[in-house]
Amino acid sequence: MSREGTQSDNIAAAAVAISMLVALYFVLIAVPNDAYQGPVQRIFYIHLSMWLPTFAAFGIVGVSSMLFLWRRDRRWDHLATSSAELGLLFCTLGLATGCIWAKPIWGTWWTWDPRLTLTLVLWMIYAAYLLLRSLATNPDQGAVLAAILGVSGVVDLYLVNRAVYWWRGIHPAVVVNKGGGSGLQDPMMRITLGLCMLAFFLLFSWLLRLRVRTARIEDDIDRLRHEVLSAV
Amino acid sequence: MLAILWKDLLVELRTKETLASLFLLGTLLLLVLSFAFDPSHPLHEASAPGVLWVAIIFSGTIGINRTLLRERENDCFAGLLLAPIDRGTLFLAKAAVNFILLTVSEMFLVPLFIFFFNLPFLATIARLILIVPLTTLGFAAIATLFSAVSLQTRAREIMLPLLMLPLATPLFLAAVQTTTALLSATPLDQVSHWFKLTVTFDVLFLVVGWLTFEYAVAE
Repeated sequence: MSREGTQSDNIAAAAVAISMLVALYFVLIAVPNDAYQGPVQRIFYIHLSMWLPTFAAFGIVGVSSMLFLWRRDRRWDHLATSSAELGLLFCTLGLATGCIWAKPIWGTWWTWDPRLTLTLVLWMIYAAYLLLRSLATNPDQGAVLAAILGVSGVVDLYLVNRAVYWWRGIHPAVVVNKGGGSGLQDPMMRITLGLCMLAFFLLFSWLLRLRVRTARIEDDIDRLRHEVLSAV
Repeated sequence: MLAILWKDLLVELRTKETLASLFLLGTLLLLVLSFAFDPSHPLHEASAPGVLWVAIIFSGTIGINRTLLRERENDCFAGLLLAPIDRGTLFLAKAAVNFILLTVSEMFLVPLFIFFFNLPFLATIARLILIVPLTTLGFAAIATLFSAVSLQTRAREIMLPLLMLPLATPLFLAAVQTTTALLSATPLDQVSHWFKLTVTFDVLFLVVGWLTFEYAVAE
């Protein structure tokens, strides 16, 4: 790896570490308790911050799957698979933090609210995406098959969204509700949320970069192994 | 396209194995689900639409794998792929075959469902006459595409439902919601949004399948 690569990696890692520490300080110490929900509400900042990376990741899977089918450039496939893995990770964390918050506030770990249902369906789609890749009989074909699922997943998203919303609804509108008001009264709360979202998005971008590079290296090793084996 | 359609239907007419297994499996599911929900319980009727759709979908998921798997047996698929036709057309033909097979098996399953749940016969048929084929069309489209995908994997029987069912969520929600409303004689315009959703899903997956099927079957 080039020297510049290592240097920019260090800068990225430092930026992620600092922004995470600042975000944690705000979430745990600086921000005031919620008047109704008490300290439990603090997990909300973390919970909400998971969704931006989750949806960004799934969007990237859709777009890069399309580009991969069209162009057949392995780099799009690396981006799609790395993004699917990270999307699934953030989605799982988002669901878990949501459950932890919901138990004391709603009195239940899980409800069939549209957003929860939508997220669970998304989670299933992308878990199947990763399983498909590992179960394909040949890795090249696996990449193509996964891309078909990636495209289908993203075009289906709107319909899943409509369907679960018509099915039911109780999720709080936290940031901006229909009346235009915000659930976060204190300006400090909005700052904390912004910082938290930024920190987790940086974390996501950094991990994505590392994961794409790993995918590329894996691919190179595979190719080299083939060359060596065919030369022998 | 018509030639493939005709060939598959002829094979099915001669053997009747897919249809027989679709129908028997559907019946079995109606039976098992009636065990799951106590028939003497007042909530039994409320479970009816769900029972019908679970029976259709699960028997269909397993049955549909057959139509592509059959091509696989004597390497017929290679022959089909060599034929000078567009892969998109091949997809439409296969989806049409699956649609017809599913519809025929539903022609037996729905009356049986009406019989088990003690519903008025003609009125129920009249209410379901639109939503059942519409849902079946979308189901045939997505199942055809993903059975081609799952055929190329190691665990093909389990992969098809895993890949397809989450994507088909809107289709099944629409089917169950519409059936529930129609069985309780709700006017049609109150469920029109579900109909639109079903039609959108049908069109969307016919197009996605038509465009991407060639990648799924490429060797």
